Amino acid sequence: MITVESLTRRYAGFTAVDNVSFTALPGRVTGFLGPNGAGKSTTMRVMVGLTVPTSGTATINGERFADLPNPGLEVGVLLDASAQHAGRTGREILTIAQRTMGLPSARVDQMLHRVSLTGSEADRRVRNYSLGMRQRLGIATALIGDPDVLILDEPANGLDPAGIRWMRDLLREYADQGGTVLLSSHLLHEIEVIADDLVVIGNGRIVAQGTKAELLAAAGTVARTPNPLVLVTALERTGMTVSLSPDGAIRTDADPAHVGQAALAAGIALTELRSADSAGLEEMFLELTAESQREGAAA
Amino acid sequence: MTSATAVLEREVPAARTRPTPAPIPMTRIVGVELRKMLDTRSGFWLMMSVGIIAVLATAATLVFAPRDELSYGSFAGAIGVPMTIILPMIAVLAVTSEWSQRTGLTTFTLVPHRGRVIAAKVGATLLVGVVSIAIAFAVGAVGNVAGSAIADVPTTWDISLGNAATIFLGDALGMLMGFTLGVLIRNSPGAIVGYFVYALVLPIALEPLAAYQHWFRDHRGWLDFNFASTTLYDGGLSGTEWAQIAVSGLFWLVLPLAIGLRLVLRSEVK
Repeated sequence: MITVESLTRRYAGFTAVDNVSFTALPGRVTGFLGPNGAGKSTTMRVMVGLTVPTSGTATINGERFADLPNPGLEVGVLLDASAQHAGRTGREILTIAQRTMGLPSARVDQMLHRVSLTGSEADRRVRNYSLGMRQRLGIATALIGDPDVLILDEPANGLDPAGIRWMRDLLREYADQGGTVLLSSHLLHEIEVIADDLVVIGNGRIVAQGTKAELLAAAGTVARTPNPLVLVTALERTGMTVSLSPDGAIRTDADPAHVGQAALAAGIALTELRSADSAGLEEMFLELTAESQREGAAA
Repeated sequence: MTSATAVLEREVPAARTRPTPAPIPMTRIVGVELRKMLDTRSGFWLMMSVGIIAVLATAATLVFAPRDELSYGSFAGAIGVPMTIILPMIAVLAVTSEWSQRTGLTTFTLVPHRGRVIAAKVGATLLVGVVSIAIAFAVGAVGNVAGSAIADVPTTWDISLGNAATIFLGDALGMLMGFTLGVLIRNSPGAIVGYFVYALVLPIALEPLAAYQHWFRDHRGWLDFNFASTTLYDGGLSGTEWAQIAVSGLFWLVLPLAIGLRLVLRSEVK
């Protein structure tokens, strides 16, 4: 479990993290979402003791990271897959982690196998690794101590579609076995597919948090019908906010059941009725972080 | 909605409970730091260069030194000068690579006590120093025996045990100076340039000052740490010379090291 309480980190002139509190629970994948520069990485660095907070605390299983006797066995951390000595081989980097944690040396080969790095790739120097290979190596370093908490900053960066699927299955399995997973990303689709809980951050502040189901339920419903205007009118009569896209899709805050009832009452056929999950997350993300968006995107 | 409801219904397993792991022993950290000094091509060849240069310097002394001047001191001197440059480089890189190569991100999360990591690095650096100097003395001894045999002159052992100890101390102080620049600057090229300025440029720059300012010349030992510590290589230090090393070392080594360590402990690792 990861607990962050009233965490604030100020730099000269600006506040990178502003009174952030949230909890990442065991058995769940918590997605940490936010635009570039929102404070995700700073928050994660504070969690693992690389950055000193101005105020507030972050604890792992109730303890400060610095108080963990052998942190690698309790928390797997991947903050930046490129932060490796370019002149070391992948195997050597894993060996350093294995030795530091005091693990049997057989763990190195086990982990290489787990992240699908071949023997010859492992003996190459990291300078010659693709970003995807570095991510795999970073995941191997995080997992080698068999920790029960994972803190991963943008782990899907640089992975190909098969790699992303692999990562998703790995994290899912990890959480299903009781592990706590916190992963940050700005790849909305990734987060949407894998996360159970969401923490959305913008300009250093938390703008939304909760289970994915809760947050996306609020994002509403998408429906299509041959007579969109009739349905729009019917929904508006029930006091719902409705918008009609040029392509004929109706978007509303109401839940799908409500829209179905309204369509039935109006006597019109629906050709599509679904919760607006995918578009919903993007919509929600842009809306919630509008203030901090560089593009000033309006939701 | 299907995926969302699936999440809600999925059973949440309890967190695993497990025994608290034992703390990481200091010897292990020193061992890992030692390994990290050798496991890259540059690190490996930097270490190898200690042996290579010792052999080259010995060979050069055999070839070029006048036969009647062949003594252990001439071999040790020839090996010792390049050593005073290489050893501090090893010390500099042991610290700065954590920042320049950004490995600190992993190092300081696996061992979240930077003081322990830095102490382990000092330990590993000094171990390397001891072994390097031992190799240098041994290669020099072989050269001395071979040289005197070839030149058919009696073998002269003109370095006392006490002088050998002060030579080691001089090299150790040089390594600590490199280490200090490492923690202060935390950037490999910057700290290496810093060391060259300290060891090679500054002494030359201070020469005219010493030549024209009598006050500086008379008190240089108290002010110039590099100048004061060169007496260690010649051995037989007087009480004043020891005191000069201590006093100038306070300003040149201890104080900057304290500032650098504070910076390292507090600064953000990115």
